[in-house]
Formats: sequence, C-alpha cells, structure tokens
Amino acid sequence: MTTKNILVFGEVEKGRLAPITKELLGGARRLSDQVGAGVNLLVAGALSGESLQDAAEFGTDIIYHATDPGYGEFSSDAYSFLAVELCKKIDPVLCLMGQTDLGRDIAPRIAARLGAGLCMDCVEVRFDPAQNIFVQTRPAFGGKALAEFSSPAGKLQVNTIRAKSMEPAATQAGRKSELMEIKEGPDPSAIKTKLVSVKVLETDGIKLEEAKIIVAGGGGLGSAEGFTIIKELADALGGVIGATRVPVDENWVPLSIEIGQTGKIVSPDLYIAIGISGAAQHITGMVSSKKIVAINKDPDANIFKISDLGLVADYKTVVPVLIEKIKESAR
Amino acid sequence: MEIIVCIKPVLDPDLPPAKFTVDGKKNEVIPPEGVPFVMSPYDALAVEAALRIKEAQGGKITVLTQGTKYAEEIMRKALAMGADEGVILSDPAFEDSDGFGTAHVLAQTVKKIGKFDLILCGRQAADWDAGVVGSLIAEYLNIPVVIRAKSIEVLDGVLKIERISTNGSEVFELGLPALVTLSSEMGQVRIPSGWGIISAAKKQVPKWGATDIGTDPSQTGAAAAVNRLVKLYVPVYERKCEMVTGKDPAEAAARLTEKILAIKP
Ligand SMILES: Cc1cc2nc3c(=O)[nH]c(=O)nc-3n(C[C@H](O)[C@H](O)[C@H](O)COP(=O)(O)OP(=O)(O)OC[C@H]3O[C@@H](n4cnc5c(N)ncnc54)[C@H](O)[C@@H]3O)c2cc1C
Repeated sequence: MTTKNILVFGEVEKGRLAPITKELLGGARRLSDQVGAGVNLLVAGALSGESLQDAAEFGTDIIYHATDPGYGEFSSDAYSFLAVELCKKIDPVLCLMGQTDLGRDIAPRIAARLGAGLCMDCVEVRFDPAQNIFVQTRPAFGGKALAEFSSPAGKLQVNTIRAKSMEPAATQAGRKSELMEIKEGPDPSAIKTKLVSVKVLETDGIKLEEAKIIVAGGGGLGSAEGFTIIKELADALGGVIGATRVPVDENWVPLSIEIGQTGKIVSPDLYIAIGISGAAQHITGMVSSKKIVAINKDPDANIFKISDLGLVADYKTVVPVLIEKIKESAR
Repeated sequence: MEIIVCIKPVLDPDLPPAKFTVDGKKNEVIPPEGVPFVMSPYDALAVEAALRIKEAQGGKITVLTQGTKYAEEIMRKALAMGADEGVILSDPAFEDSDGFGTAHVLAQTVKKIGKFDLILCGRQAADWDAGVVGSLIAEYLNIPVVIRAKSIEVLDGVLKIERISTNGSEVFELGLPALVTLSSEMGQVRIPSGWGIISAAKKQVPKWGATDIGTDPSQTGAAAAVNRLVKLYVPVYERKCEMVTGKDPAEAAARLTEKILAIKP
C-alpha cells in the first residue's frame, strides 16, 4: 500500500536546493493539503546536509535520495529511468518538475513510459475538488495566449512548471522529513547517450533569475558596443544585463542572458527594456516584473503597453545621461 | 544516412499580438485574413540540419508532416530547400490529436518506412510550444534522443551532438538510429533556390492515412487526447504607461532618472 502523494523531482545547485525546487515544493504543499496527499521529493546526486534540511523546512514529507554514482550528473536516460521506477513504486497522483533542462528532457519520456497525462511549462496547476482533477494553465502561441487544460481523474499527471509561477512555502524551521535512500543505480541498458563535455558560461556575480534589477537590451542596440553602454547603466544601478533573442542571434551577447519563452523567465523588481520592441515571446519571460521601464525610439512599440514608465528616444542620446545622473545620485 | 524530418505548419509566430485573436467559444485561434501558415521555424532548422548532414556525407532526406491544412505548402517548401521525398499524414482520425497522438502517427510512419538512421524535429512547435513530440517519438521507437541541439556531427556511425542548456552547452555521443531536436542556435536556414522550387513542384507527395500506417484508433484524434483544452484566451498584461518627456532628450532622461531612482529597490 502506498499513501497518496505528490512527487517533486528536485534539483540541486551548488549543494543547495535550487530556487525552482523550493517553488515546486510550495506548490506541491498547497495542492497536497487540498488533495489530502503527502509531498515527496526525489533528488539525485550529491546532496549537502543543508539541502536536506531545506527540503524538510520547505514542506517535504519524504525525501528519496538516489545516491548511486550513475545519477551523479544529469543524464536524461538515467533520470528518466529513476523517475519511472520511483513512480511505479510510490504511485503519485501528480509529478512536478521545473520547466528546466531536466523537466523539458524527462517529463515527456516518463509520461510516455507511465501512460501519464502531460502538460509542459505550466504557470498554474490547481485542484478541482468537484471533479477530483488537476487543471493546468500554460502559455501558448509564444505567450500570446493562455490555455487551460483539464486532466482525467485517476491518472498520473506529469507537469513541468515555469520558474517563478509557484510561491515557495513559508519555511518551518526545524521541520523534519523522512529520508529514504535509493541505492540501486540505473539499468545499464537504459543508458543510450553519453555526456562527453559540459561548457558553462559563467555569469559574473548575480544570476539573471535572481537579480532585483535587470537592464535588458534588444535589437535596437545595434551592436555589441551598445551592450557595453547598458552594462554601465546596470552596474550603476547594481543590476545585471539581459537581452532579447536578436542580440543573441547576432552574437553580441551570450545565449545565457536571453530572456523570454526560449530563454530565462525573470521577475525582478525593476526591468529596464532598451531598444526592445516587445514581442510576445520576449514579454512572456518578463511581464511579471514589478516595475517595467521602456526606452524605445518608436512611440508605437508594443513594449510601452506593458510598461509603467516610458521614454521615446534614441537610447544613445539618453542612456549616457541616465548613467551620469545615477552615478551622481550615488555620490 | 537515411534521415527523416518531421515538420508542422503553424500560424506565423511573428504575427503581432494586436492581430492575434481567439474564438472563446470554440477555444481556437482565429487566423487573420491573408496571413499564411508557415513551417514552424524550429522544424525549418531540422530540415536545414538534415541538408547539412547530407551535403557532408550523402544520404536521403524524407520529410513527414501530419495535417490537412497547409501541409502541402510547407512540404513543398521543405522539398524546395532540398529534401528528397515527402509523405503527408492525412486522415480525419488524426485531427486534433495531442502530443501523444501526433507522436504515435509519426512513429507508425517511421516504422512503415522502416529504414532510417536519424530523425530530426524542431525543439517545439511554434504554436503550442510544448516541445514533447520529438521525445515521445523516440520513446515509442525506443531510440536515443537529445533535445535542443545546436550542432550535429556524424563520425563513423556515432552522433556527436552539442546541445544548449540553461547555462551553456553540453556535448553528447550516441549511436544510430537516434532522434534529435533542433534549437535556433543552429544558425541560418537556407532560402530555396529557383531551381529547388521548380523541382519540388514536380515531386509526387503521397498521402498516407490510418490504414496505411496502422495507427491504433484509440490513440489518435481529439477523443484520445489525455489532457483536454478547456479554455483558450488572450491574457491582458497592459499597464498604464507614464510617458516621460522634456524640452530635449537630456531633460527627459534626467526626469526619467529621478523616477527610476524613486522606484528602484
Ligand atoms: C518560436 C519563437 C521563440 C522565440 N523566443 C524568444 C525568446 O525567448 N526571447 C526573445 O526575446 N525573443 C524570442 N523570439 C523572437 C521574438 O519574436 C522577437 O523577434 C524578438 O524578441 C525581437 O527582439 P527585439 O525587440 O530586441 O528586436 P527588434 O524586433 O529588432 O526591435 C528592436 C526595437 O528597438 C527599437 N530601436 C531601434 N533602434 C533604436 C535606438 N537607437 N534607440 C531606441 N530604440 C531603438 C525599435 O523601435 C524596435 O522596437 C522568439 C521567436 C519565435 C518565433
């Protein structure tokens, strides 16, 4: 007999639970209280005592920790195998993952193997007690639309969740969870791809997803030099730079700072968009920012529709003034 | 190399939000008059990737698309780019399939074709953006899969794939046959030549239905969809934008700075 449960596939970053995992645990905790289920967390690879404590305090009931070296680094094949085996054993009603490298990769694979329902990139999962089903909301058409799906009752749902769409639960200091070790490694026949190298584009300082202030540039900056200018503005404000897809495609900036549907999802306190038109695929990744400021030479640019403050100007003439004034104010 | 590429027609993703409307009763997008459907841009990258492999080491490219509307148009485009053959999967039974249903149709088609080394798909269709069909086909065929590739090399029957990840990239090696989905970091997609367009127009493109490929009727079509669309709507994100002005750009910029400093965390 297994007890009714929601399973979160967790991720670890630098030895601690990743922000997305805390968000998922928050969402899972709220759903589990409505559904009457426990919250289980699956994590693979090296794990610090702190992240075990994090997991407990953020609402986990049982932590399944896969310790075999075969799970030491991310492998779509191995992690799919792991998730499927655990789901067969503990029979969750809902399996949540982030819309991350991991979730994008393994969610469809485990759903196929378990005959589960699948919904990717959800911004909301709620429980409908009348029908005893989960209802998912997700963006579609590059963020131009939102779509709501209902899932069949009594069937496992595998859902990936967009960053920053679930609130982490309030931590309960000293809360305890049960730790179960999964000692078995992956079935060797399940491993069909071999990771040969990893390239990490290190960001200096604050991570884009965690920054409080982002100064983002678009195609309107015209060149890599344009990004040197907005970097100075970001530095003056104590923020970081981001970009739309155009500067990434043009190789002015690395892919790691792309914001939007196919890039990062951000929600800072202040987002300054410079030379950005406001395409749906970009907006979907930043629209939940607390305050949005836009500088664009086109008064009809779509970005102004979603901004709190706007300035119609050539960025080259106004951004240097902004930098100077901000530096002045800091003195 | 026998390469199979799966492509899908989508409403042009560059359609400005102002022209995007939804029929709230039918939960369907209303395609604006005169706006053509296009090959999903990521699928065009898959065609491009197949052509590059073929140019490097020879082979044959077969393109598959499932659908009734616009399937012919995008198939001609893929053939004009240089693909050798195409098959359109068209059957009322396939309509409104979800990702599982679509992957079932495509996997059955691949089985019927029989001989293949590599299947290429876009990382996601630029309409529903789920990004699952490639992985599901790989599962149904029990072959290795790598998603979001930016480059593909084939060396002595081993695939070497560099794929993008959130913080950089990763390189994988895998054997054939395999399935790979392509991301936009792969580069530019070629424009069909005049000659390409002419020779594509002459090619016969067979249409296969459920009985041709032996799909399981309980797995395709709207009735088989596991999760059901219950509501489709256009979200309203609009804010009231205060436009900052001044007698010249410098003054406007100074004013904007004050306002930014006032809201800065
Ligand atoms: C399937 C798909 C997925 C996508 N995913 C993403 C994604 O994740 N993220 C993303 O960003 N995009 C994405 N895109 C691309 C997206 O559709 C847009 O093409 C892109 O966001 C446009 O970037 P932009 O606004 O910087 O550039 P442009 O559209 O080129 O706009 C430039 C803007 O700068 C202004 N400008 C020009 N010169 C100046 C100047 N001197 N001073 C001030 N303003 C100036 C112009 O008025 C214009 O508004 C995706 C597209 C597709 C089809």
